[in-house]
Amino acid sequence: MKRFRTLTGLAWISPWLLGFACFTMLPLAMGLWYSFTDWTLLEPAIPIGMDNYERLLGDEVVHIATWNTLLYLVISIPLLTIASIAMAVLLSKPARFQAFWRVAVFAPSVLPLVALATIFKLMYDAELGAMNKGLSFVGIDGPNWFGTEAWAMTAIILMNLWVVGPAMVIYLAALRDVPRDLNEAASLDGVSWWGRLVNVTLPMISPVILFNVIIGFINAAQVFVVPYIMTAGGPNRGTYFWSMYVYDAAFKYGDMGYASTLGVVQFAAILLLTLGLLLVGRRYVYYRGGMT
Amino acid sequence: MIEPGMKTNGPARMVTWLLLALCAAIALFPVLYMAILSMQPATQAMDADGGLVPGSLADTAANYSAVVNDDAINFPLYFRNTLLIAMLAVAGVVCSSAITAYGFARVRWRGRQPLFIVMLATMMVPFPVVMVPLFVLFRELDWIGTFLPLWVPAWFGSAFSIFLLRQFYMTIPRELDDAARIDGCGHVGIFLRIILPLSLPALLVVGLLHFMYVWNDFLGPLVFLTHRDQYTLALGLELYMSRLGTTPWNLVMAASTIMVAPVLLLFLFAQRSFLEGISTTGLKG
Repeated sequence: MKRFRTLTGLAWISPWLLGFACFTMLPLAMGLWYSFTDWTLLEPAIPIGMDNYERLLGDEVVHIATWNTLLYLVISIPLLTIASIAMAVLLSKPARFQAFWRVAVFAPSVLPLVALATIFKLMYDAELGAMNKGLSFVGIDGPNWFGTEAWAMTAIILMNLWVVGPAMVIYLAALRDVPRDLNEAASLDGVSWWGRLVNVTLPMISPVILFNVIIGFINAAQVFVVPYIMTAGGPNRGTYFWSMYVYDAAFKYGDMGYASTLGVVQFAAILLLTLGLLLVGRRYVYYRGGMT
Repeated sequence: MIEPGMKTNGPARMVTWLLLALCAAIALFPVLYMAILSMQPATQAMDADGGLVPGSLADTAANYSAVVNDDAINFPLYFRNTLLIAMLAVAGVVCSSAITAYGFARVRWRGRQPLFIVMLATMMVPFPVVMVPLFVLFRELDWIGTFLPLWVPAWFGSAFSIFLLRQFYMTIPRELDDAARIDGCGHVGIFLRIILPLSLPALLVVGLLHFMYVWNDFLGPLVFLTHRDQYTLALGLELYMSRLGTTPWNLVMAASTIMVAPVLLLFLFAQRSFLEGISTTGLKG
């Protein structure tokens, strides 16, 4: 009977199970195998042991891509977290046309990233773009956004603030679940608005913050489309990220073995950093009703 | 009734309102910017002092017809390609995720919990990591240069959709299953007669989210499609923008408007269920 139940369960999930085997596990295993080979698609793969990994350690482009990706993560994740929480707090206040504000702030997040990056490429244009015109309006001389590495990186990170939608909606739902009486009690005790936010609201939604930070991290660690469209990785590889190198190694240089190695290392790094975030996060997260 | 705290209420509301209006304006600016520029003649769009006002109706029509009738980049075809891929993928994701989610939510069996966690973990496998081996796999199957890599995997469900549907199934009372079982229904009967009809709104959200995902996808088509006449809108837009010579921005903006409009309209029509669907993801599983 029990065995039969297990078979029934497996039968129901078999669509996913099959897909998981073919389109996730198999590629991961293949990637791992190719990472130990020299392979250009034209000739059969030649096993070369750890050569690809050694090459990776000394590869200047890997150093640049790693540094850029880390820099991007370290700046954009806290920024996005703060922005999406701030937007959620603002949108949770009772106000007129609340549904409209929510839809307006969310709308850019449904746009195709290709289109959004295209629009921003024009907006950042030093002569024609709206960004510098807006800045000059308040008396600031706008930079040549795609002219230097630092400004190009800034441009990409700033653009991300338009995609706060999904995280913001999840924070909104979490804010609704914060018990009102807690805030009211703190308010009666004379705790300021800021004090209530930091000492009551944020701890209460901390599991959701951890969730969003991890999702945001995994997304940001594979950033590709926006720099590909907006800067093409430039100038001087100043916005060249890890995923772009995987893509170029495979489809520009035809070096499938080395590209697989880059993919394996990217996967391992994301896995380890995610676990690290979870472990560190758990210490600071407050779970109502004990741990889950 | 007047309490001491209420005094600040008026101004505080005003500040909230102003902040909301400011944020909404900033958020919507890029979309409006795109729409306005797509209506300007090239001379105005490429002029630094062109201003932020749309051109005449004739200019607008000229821009859009130039984009649609381009010699080298066939946007109407890309539109149809994208729509076809999206519909095939959405049909697949909805069907197979609905079935799989039933196995995770309604059948009690050993190994369910661990496999569910494995499934959640697959959401963390980034596409760039598997894209090279997937390319090799699809090349062996002779699928490169066809739409197959872009929609066939969807027929095996997507972890995100399964998770969302499973969360929804869990809220359907078990008593309904029991009643159906007394009437002689097996799992298939319960699934078809109770779970499916009751979860139509959730299925709609899943379909909608996946449609947008496929519509917006860039890297997948970039890796798997080879011929220009198979391109999706995402690739077409990139090609259009990066074409040699100075990019006529008004035309590029018209092209992005064509790509953006369907998803934006879908979102506006279904925003309520859409936003609710996303907030479900944040719940503890």
